[in-house]
Amino acid sequence: MGLVHEIDFGTPASKSEKQVTLTVDGFEVTVPEGTSIMRASMDAGIEIPKLCATDMVDAFGSCRLCLVEIEGRNGTPSSCTTPVAPGMVVHTQTGRLKDIRKGVMELYISDHPLDCLTCAANGDCELQDMAGAVGLRDVRYGYEGDNHVRAKNDGAENFKWMAKDESNPYFTYDPSKCIVCSRCVRACEEVQGTFALTIEGRGFDSRVSPGAHELFLDSECVSCGACVQACPTATLTEKSVIEIGQPEHSVVTTCAYCGVGCSFKAEMRGEELVRMVPWKDGKANRGHSCVKGRFAYGYATHKERILNPMIREKISDPWREVSWEEAIEYTNKEFRRIQYQYGRGAVGGITSSRCTNEETYLVQKLIRQGFRNNNVDTCARVCHSPTGYGLGQTYGTSAGTQDFDSVEQTDVALIIGANPASAHPVFASRLKKRIRAGAKLIVIDPRRTEMVKSAHIQAEHHLALKPGTNVAVVTAMAHVIVTEGLFNEAFIRERCDWSEFQDYIEFVSDPRHSPEEVEKLSGVPAETIRGAARLYATGGNGAIYYGLGVTEHSQGSTTVIGIANLAMLTGNIGRPGVGVNPLRGQNNVQGSCDMGSFPHELPGYRHVSGDAVRDIYDSLWGVKLDEEPGLRIPNMLDAAVDGTFKGIYIQGEDILQSDPDTKHVSAGLAAMECVVVQDLFLNETANYAHVFLPGSTFLEKDGTFTNAERRINRVRKVMTPKNGYADWEVTQLLAQAMGLNWNYKHPSEIMDEIAKTTPSFALVSYDRLEKMGSVQWPCNEKAPEGTPIMHIDGFVRGKGKFIRTEYVATDEKTGPRFPLLLTTGRILSQYNVGAQTRRTENVAWHAEDLLEIHPHDAENRGLRDGDWVRLKSRAGETTLRAQVTDRVSPGVVYTTFHHPDTQANVITTDFSDWATNCPEYKVTAVQVSPSNGPSDWQKEYNEQAQQSRRIAGHLEAAE
Amino acid sequence: MVMQPASTELAARTAAVISEMKNLEGPLIPILHGVQEEFGYVPQESLPIIAEALNISRAEVHGVFTFYHDFRHNPAGRHVLKVCQAEACQSMGSDAIAAQIKQTLGIGFHETSKDGAVTLEPIYCLGLCACAPAAMLDGEVIGRLDADKIEEIAEEVRK
Repeated sequence: MGLVHEIDFGTPASKSEKQVTLTVDGFEVTVPEGTSIMRASMDAGIEIPKLCATDMVDAFGSCRLCLVEIEGRNGTPSSCTTPVAPGMVVHTQTGRLKDIRKGVMELYISDHPLDCLTCAANGDCELQDMAGAVGLRDVRYGYEGDNHVRAKNDGAENFKWMAKDESNPYFTYDPSKCIVCSRCVRACEEVQGTFALTIEGRGFDSRVSPGAHELFLDSECVSCGACVQACPTATLTEKSVIEIGQPEHSVVTTCAYCGVGCSFKAEMRGEELVRMVPWKDGKANRGHSCVKGRFAYGYATHKERILNPMIREKISDPWREVSWEEAIEYTNKEFRRIQYQYGRGAVGGITSSRCTNEETYLVQKLIRQGFRNNNVDTCARVCHSPTGYGLGQTYGTSAGTQDFDSVEQTDVALIIGANPASAHPVFASRLKKRIRAGAKLIVIDPRRTEMVKSAHIQAEHHLALKPGTNVAVVTAMAHVIVTEGLFNEAFIRERCDWSEFQDYIEFVSDPRHSPEEVEKLSGVPAETIRGAARLYATGGNGAIYYGLGVTEHSQGSTTVIGIANLAMLTGNIGRPGVGVNPLRGQNNVQGSCDMGSFPHELPGYRHVSGDAVRDIYDSLWGVKLDEEPGLRIPNMLDAAVDGTFKGIYIQGEDILQSDPDTKHVSAGLAAMECVVVQDLFLNETANYAHVFLPGSTFLEKDGTFTNAERRINRVRKVMTPKNGYADWEVTQLLAQAMGLNWNYKHPSEIMDEIAKTTPSFALVSYDRLEKMGSVQWPCNEKAPEGTPIMHIDGFVRGKGKFIRTEYVATDEKTGPRFPLLLTTGRILSQYNVGAQTRRTENVAWHAEDLLEIHPHDAENRGLRDGDWVRLKSRAGETTLRAQVTDRVSPGVVYTTFHHPDTQANVITTDFSDWATNCPEYKVTAVQVSPSNGPSDWQKEYNEQAQQSRRIAGHLEAAE
Repeated sequence: MVMQPASTELAARTAAVISEMKNLEGPLIPILHGVQEEFGYVPQESLPIIAEALNISRAEVHGVFTFYHDFRHNPAGRHVLKVCQAEACQSMGSDAIAAQIKQTLGIGFHETSKDGAVTLEPIYCLGLCACAPAAMLDGEVIGRLDADKIEEIAEEVRK
């Protein structure tokens, strides 16, 4: 084993195609034009001493250690800032250079503490390495005099010394160890794009300063960890390294938070995780990370994690810890009894988009093969099911068309209903980098998000529409493109169905779709819509990125179709830099959809009614599959309330907190006779469960996740499951108890079965993933290396299909009783229902859900910042604190849904997307009024939750 | 004593300076100069307003502001006397001159007299080496400093 070592080339790679040959220390080396001498040398295996250079940021040339001599040139130029030239002869080690380097190191060390043995960076310190490399033996200048090292000089206060900043929960800033190389400052600017750090003062007074000489936690810092990674000394160090020590081995794996799917090195000491470090070769993240993936893994060892299976007859009973055998047998008997008593269709299950592809595949297999019905659904129902429908109808496949690298060639990015800076931070950093390089940005969002305006980012057009009017605005953009003749006729003639296009232009050209008409209902000025449409159509490579602000509406599917139309109209599909990209919320929501988690689809999006598809499984699994689609989540809950659906197996999803109309969900769950929850924690859904099967974390199992760019990434086990079994093993135990002949010894065997039965995965195997690092489906005979960009020569469905997108206002309307529109979203530091991030130090940034309200609306109601308010809709009410801000428009309020105490979904209604039942989370008519504290419902709920979390023999409830 | 302006007034005056110079190429340094001219120093409260207006981070404004010693963190006295301490002036006895000035005014470098009359600062080269030792009072240079000229300066600032 050992640590996965990554070579630091010192400066970023050049993308030039022209090659240049030079000689370094007698060796010939050929590199792309524009490469630095430093990088070229490293290519030849010659490491030039350096401190301020690292290949995640551009060359800076401040440390004066990497100097070289070049034949025929004067002086000693720095190798990081000097580009190679043909025929150049470079010497990296001469007497002159050695003297200079030693002298420079003496200066550094004369103002640096000499506590190497007790320093947290011992063993991972570039300053230490360089002192060794240049052969530093003594420091002529001594250590007396002016310094930044000691708090007192001869008993007198040393004002140059600064105390350690420990405000950030995950890393410390110790200014006494800083060599002011600016790597952190540049990483924050170039890689993360937040610009939270600077060098204050000058000369000997120069210090790294977060914000304007603030604490890290109070500054603009978003704790992405790029600065910590860039720091060559112990100045910025993970607290976990300070506590545990240096790791001894590492394993490359995939983050289990959002759909970006960043690759990390899990750096370990034995079975203890020391830190997560983003992996440079990760094709989704290219060596970057966010606060969640980098630091927020503490939930895996949180004291509230449940490690023993538990059962109870009634949900009012306390839990009883039992053996795995008993829990599995109990579940099997209950499900058998229910099916005997109420019919084959009275049970079902929900797969998890937090679990691996292999685990998801097994859960749907258990339901189809074991339960013998199609009552399987997944949380994509409540997020991106309209994407599946909309892109399936228009293009023929249900996934993003690009890889993330594509953004580097985008000229105009159109973001609709998404805030990547909060929900997909690593992608946001890559997009921001492109925008700083000159690409233009259009944002369609009711809120002024970080993508509309933040340091060095300013959207060209912000369409701050009234929630619920997406379809009208997107159609108005198409109207402008069509009526102003900005569409790409050649593309449409070649790639799309021309007669459908004729029908579509007739529809979209109608004056009722003009920006001037749409302004009346969306509140977006007509000129802004026109400007945005013109820019997207004519600004070069146009790429659309969208999120749940598009899908979670009663017309979610229609908006997805509208977006697909826009891309087809302008020919922005099928090459790098363009495309339609749904930003998937969860690590494996793409994968869970791919794996046949929907009641009407078998793996690979093949409808259950297809005889040929069913035959594949019938012969392999030895059963006759049901040819009728099963129940969706809302249908299961309805059926439960009606008394025809009695048992459910829920793996890794908290439907009580994440699904709309909480009261309806709880009524459905309460009406069931056997609710089986498999999770890390006693989540909110578990309050209604009869069997609790402890789950395993992504650190404890092998498998694969598929991210938003269809990339299948390996998840690797770095520690033994604390609960005893990986999740796929638990499902297998259940299947075996039901008499199914399952004998998977490793998830790779499950992937082999997936590949054998699913055409788009035909050539996927763990061997291939090991060789290639990752692969983007479709991966089959036609594309053995995978498919970074889809629809290159033609749409998957044949001809692209234009579909009319008639705007129909939602039934959820404002009125005198509920005059405001509530929309919901996420925040950077918290993740979805917060089950994981609330159990980490991330609460330092977001300890509770807040209601954003415009100053006008606040003043009308006599509300001040921080006041408790009652938020009431037709469905229910809750209380939370108000935050008065003009980020939201008047008439719109906004909150997050990370905390169960708030339960924003008590407020949301059961309206849903016409095509897919995706709930309308993004529009709820509400009233806001001052309040004294929690609502009656919140009190009752908390009481019930506490009661239902009791475990027999344990003194305290688990939460 | 120079009174600190109230925060709403401060914001309005800062905004006025910004709007005047925002469209210059590289507007940050001119704006900082403008703000210093407006208030006599650069109030800490102005920095986030500048950052917001230029769409850059607080850190960036702070970095530039602290890099240049000429940008003041606090209001200066009614007069500002800068005495050159660079090499040429040193060789012509500026150390002694500086000591004499400090004694006459009763303040050290980077200090303002209690009556708010004068702030004393070192400066490193006024480009007036031929007339060393040199100083600058309220933007006007003075060459060949001696005891008499120091007296004149003292009288001028005490007026």
